[in-house]
Amino acid sequence: MKKSRVATANPRQKGVSVPKPNPKWGREEETEVFAKKVKLFRQGKIPEDDFRRFRLQHGAYGSRLHMDYSMVRIKVPGGEMTPDQIEKIASLSEAFSIGSAHVSTRQNIQLHWVQLEDVSEVMRGLVETGLTTREACGNTIRNVMCSHFAGVCPNEAFDATPYSMAIARFFLRNPMCQNLPRKFKINFACCDQHGLVRVADIGLVPATKEENGATVRGFKIYLGGGLGAASFIGHLLEDFTPEGRVLATCMATVRLFDRHGNRENMARNRMRYLVHEMGWEKFQKMALKERSIVEMTTSYFTAQLFDVKSQEDTRQLPKAPRMAKLPMLNDQVTKESPAYERWLHTNVVPQKQEGYFTAFITLGAGDITASQLRVLASAIRDYSAEAVARNTPQQNFAVRYVRGTELRDFYEKLGSAGLANPGALTIASAVGCSGTTSCNLAITNSHRLAKEVQRKFLELGLDTDDSLRDATIKVSGCPNSCGQHEIATVGFFGGATRMNNSMVPTYTMLFGGSAGEQGELGKAAMRVPAKRVIDTVLRVIELYRQQRSESETLHQWVVSVTKGRGAGGIKNLEDMKAALAQVIQLPAQEQDPDAYRDYGSDSGFSAKTARGECAA
Amino acid sequence: MRAGAAKKKAAKTSSGSAVQLPIVCDADTLRSLVRKKAVRVVDVRKADDYKQEHIPTAVSLPLARVLENDTPEKIVGIMEELGISDKTPVVIYDDTFGALAARVAWTFQYVGHINTALLEMTFRQWKELGLETEKQARTFPKARHLLNVNRNIYADASYVENVKSQPGKLLVDSRERLNFLTEHIPGAKNIPYTMVGSNGSILRKADELKRFIENRGITSNAEIITYCGSVGTLSGLTYYALKLAGFQNVRLYPKSFKEWKALGKPKEEFKDAAYWDLSAE
Repeated sequence: MKKSRVATANPRQKGVSVPKPNPKWGREEETEVFAKKVKLFRQGKIPEDDFRRFRLQHGAYGSRLHMDYSMVRIKVPGGEMTPDQIEKIASLSEAFSIGSAHVSTRQNIQLHWVQLEDVSEVMRGLVETGLTTREACGNTIRNVMCSHFAGVCPNEAFDATPYSMAIARFFLRNPMCQNLPRKFKINFACCDQHGLVRVADIGLVPATKEENGATVRGFKIYLGGGLGAASFIGHLLEDFTPEGRVLATCMATVRLFDRHGNRENMARNRMRYLVHEMGWEKFQKMALKERSIVEMTTSYFTAQLFDVKSQEDTRQLPKAPRMAKLPMLNDQVTKESPAYERWLHTNVVPQKQEGYFTAFITLGAGDITASQLRVLASAIRDYSAEAVARNTPQQNFAVRYVRGTELRDFYEKLGSAGLANPGALTIASAVGCSGTTSCNLAITNSHRLAKEVQRKFLELGLDTDDSLRDATIKVSGCPNSCGQHEIATVGFFGGATRMNNSMVPTYTMLFGGSAGEQGELGKAAMRVPAKRVIDTVLRVIELYRQQRSESETLHQWVVSVTKGRGAGGIKNLEDMKAALAQVIQLPAQEQDPDAYRDYGSDSGFSAKTARGECAA
Repeated sequence: MRAGAAKKKAAKTSSGSAVQLPIVCDADTLRSLVRKKAVRVVDVRKADDYKQEHIPTAVSLPLARVLENDTPEKIVGIMEELGISDKTPVVIYDDTFGALAARVAWTFQYVGHINTALLEMTFRQWKELGLETEKQARTFPKARHLLNVNRNIYADASYVENVKSQPGKLLVDSRERLNFLTEHIPGAKNIPYTMVGSNGSILRKADELKRFIENRGITSNAEIITYCGSVGTLSGLTYYALKLAGFQNVRLYPKSFKEWKALGKPKEEFKDAAYWDLSAE
């Protein structure tokens, strides 16, 4: 049944001759309506609350303490972007934003500090290349995520991409999800490892089942997970949901949430609270019952709008020259290894398609300049046989279908624009939300901190230590989890603490979180001043190196300690806290005033926040 | 390339007298004027770049020389030396997305040379299109030019200071967004210079520019004063973008924010966000 996208007969060629068609997510008339509404709002003809809801529904989020500016969130289903789209975003960022774009943790691309009056122009440009900002914010179904490995992952049952795209299309502008109690998130994985399925309202992992001698496609569907001020891990609805019931399952879940979700208390109205308060068993029963009702009452026409076939990529890709493993001299690298070898080791993985590799572009907390975007677009055209890239929840880009024989050329091309940094698949690739650089809710500059962690770790060569490789560091600027700190090996969320009679930017440190199908939430341990975070993580690594048992990775060690099962001298989180007590101490303010400030600030710290717009 | 709109406006007079140029001159029009020896082309890049190669028949006038000779009398003297008379059509180009050319064009118009246009593209784009160049330095016989200062396109600090008390007048800051957020003249609106150009052309189409400004709720009868960081180059380009969009009353504050700050005038600042850390440099 499984159709391979790799054609055997085609001669080897550079790139593919047929680029991916324009996906047409956007609509031009929406840009004109937006421009009109902004004028009416400025003339005082639309109440502020109505305008805010409208603005958010169209993907424009208010900027930190300055409502004349917006953060424009571009919805990128599955993170998949064509070179044309990447170039368009480059131009739009130069003309209307700050000359750079930002990869979010949910595969959106964000343009910051866009003047409200220019948002319609950004939208207009996006529509030309098929992108949209529609329903990127607001109380609706947000960007549908899909693992960036889907289609190339050696462990996947099948490629979930067309399913994720079909779901995204079905719900985009769908009347049934235009006014939900709160935002709603759907994530697709490729396998049990890759994908954020346990921390979404609906998480789907592709699976197959043998039935009457035939292989049936379907999904393991998790409901009611999500990260935030209070986070929950999603529950498995049933052992196996055949593909024919995926749409009904999603529709039923959305309908339940729409009917029963809390519309009163903004702080507790995500679906995970409903599931938690109702109890999983009750919710599960209701979901299954609702699905039957949906299946009985959904018209043939409506069901046809979920069209997986039309979302399949039917282009025949050329076969790559055989190459089973990475073209490296050594299996291990060090800080002293040639830069190319280090990059291969920390940024490139083989695909299930022989001879093809997926290469990652290391960004700093998701930042990429307009000129870098243009080089990236050109590199994708020249070296990716599928001629698209996917942005990743780790705030990097994955360029897939690169031939092993062309990896070095690809690397050189990226290097010409500063895009060939190592460490994308390692602990060095720290995640950071936008923090005080643009967000109303942020208390600390998590964005800069994540970049500082990355800079320091690459400088120390920690990306080359394979025992650290599966560990992650993620930073949020407030307790809401845009930086996904709860699924990090070592996570941080920002706050403010009075220390030695001064307000200090601090982070609550969490240990032992993980993503994937067995994902668990991290456990909060202690507060660390912002300027002590890097030293503290380095101390954790030092402790690990002293204490680990043979072959135990940093992530495994941290998880053991979190569960109170540490070997050596550090058995549990209490031991860990004691061992870190020294490194988090601040000297007197007169001795080191900088230690009391946040990153990116040369003046004293004070926590300033305004109303968030995560809820419309 | 966008030849159409500009070309239509460049209607030639039947009597053979000088052509009245549009605000932006397209390459074809310029090449035809060069062939007819009916234009003075002014290259405002550095003298060394000019010496390497330039558009045929162009004379060299580096922006620095204009800035050093900061009086209308001296500017007219330079124009006469370059063989520019009152009626000579002048087309100016640079290699800095039109900003330097715009500053020089504004200066010419300020001292009374009305028939001045910007080349629609930079020298680099001209080269990329494979259009002709030459190496030979050009001089022309000295011409006569009247001095007729046009105060209506100029603003100084005290003029700018009085804007806020006058409805119908508006200050536009042409610097990039983050510079503007950091500090600007109180009440100014930001139209970054990056907004007004597009690939292959130093200025976007008139209807596009018009729409950008209409989006901002600015009506076409408003008087707009543009400024930027130091010498009025970026804001010079914005000056012409506004003219192209159909605004009649536009002024340039050539000494811009640098002078404003040096004079200790008030500023509006925004310090509540660490926006510089979004820069990917």
